[in-house]
Amino acid sequence: MAIYEVFRQEKKGAAFAHAGSVEAPCAEFAEAFAHEQYGRRHESVALWVVPRDAVHEVSAFYDELGKTYHRVDGYSLKEKLRVARERAGTAEDR
Amino acid sequence: MTEAEFLAYVQDGGQVETGDWLPDEYRARLIKFIEMHANSELMGVLPEREWILRAPTLQRKLALTAKVQDEVGHAQLIYRVVEDLGKPRDQSLADLISGKAKFHNVFHYATKTWGDVGVIAWLVDAAAIISQKALLKCSYAPYARIMKKICWEESFHILHGRDVILTLMNGTDEQRELVQEALNRWWGPLMQFHGNPIPADEDPMFVWRIKSQGNEEARQQFLDGYVPQIWELGLTVPDPKLRKVGDVWEYTEPDWDELKHVVTGHGPKTAERLDFRRRMLEQEQWVRDVVLAA
Repeated sequence: MAIYEVFRQEKKGAAFAHAGSVEAPCAEFAEAFAHEQYGRRHESVALWVVPRDAVHEVSAFYDELGKTYHRVDGYSLKEKLRVARERAGTAEDR
Repeated sequence: MTEAEFLAYVQDGGQVETGDWLPDEYRARLIKFIEMHANSELMGVLPEREWILRAPTLQRKLALTAKVQDEVGHAQLIYRVVEDLGKPRDQSLADLISGKAKFHNVFHYATKTWGDVGVIAWLVDAAAIISQKALLKCSYAPYARIMKKICWEESFHILHGRDVILTLMNGTDEQRELVQEALNRWWGPLMQFHGNPIPADEDPMFVWRIKSQGNEEARQQFLDGYVPQIWELGLTVPDPKLRKVGDVWEYTEPDWDELKHVVTGHGPKTAERLDFRRRMLEQEQWVRDVVLAA
């Protein structure tokens, strides 16, 4: 017996999201079990059934240098905009 | 990570995955709790299964069969979660039929009439869905994810139950009496369902954030949601003390001795249903043998 991870797509064009897993003696049974567990009520339009061993997880993400310039939260414009508007004389109009 | 850091992490709303380091106590509690949930799904179909052949219409037979299929599917999904935590399915099933492992109190009772089937699908499922919704935020993420699918299916099981009840309540006096009698039978077990009112902070299941609410909170939510729905049909809740004072429902103290007696394997139908499971497991051994030989 082997574990197969099941990913399901809720509608065409949507991302496949991890739903759970099934245990089966071979891929054919895994597909049948996944079909019953995650699709029989039309809750999915497609499934990916993948042997657990085939999934390679990468989860080491570091940001020691705090590189905020490549994120939207790295830019706080509010105070600068207020000063700029004051200098431009457009602060009152807004 | 130390156990204290782990505790702080989950109490702050953090979730963990199968491969993460888990404190021994946390893993043991998860296995025991989730295994009992799986057992309850598996045993919970037996009271309803008895009524498939006796259901009043073809539509009801199909709906009940589908519900049974759904619940067994839930058991399979949940046993899978237990397996990843380290307890094989064979072991869980062996502990169930030997009487070592527990399952929910409501599945130890007889299903006397079609009224009971309606009350089970409506109110027992309603009580269960309140517990299960509180598991959507479980600190153990694989369990929380499975719960999403389960809650989705339970939501139409409740409608099936309510439809059965409404049909009976719109029928003859005898049919209405059938519902009232079933409600009288099930009220006690329903009030015991969420467990004794241990404060959330002293409940290890809450402390580890396996559950996100305390027992009494769940019961209050059940009463709040369903007593008005029971009353509006002209049914009587068999508890003279039941009333809402401010935001809080008052009620007669549930029979905690009965709860303990029943879940430790002494319910009216416990032995018969475990025996059925035992026989089925033996009878279907050849299926497992064939599949594994494939």
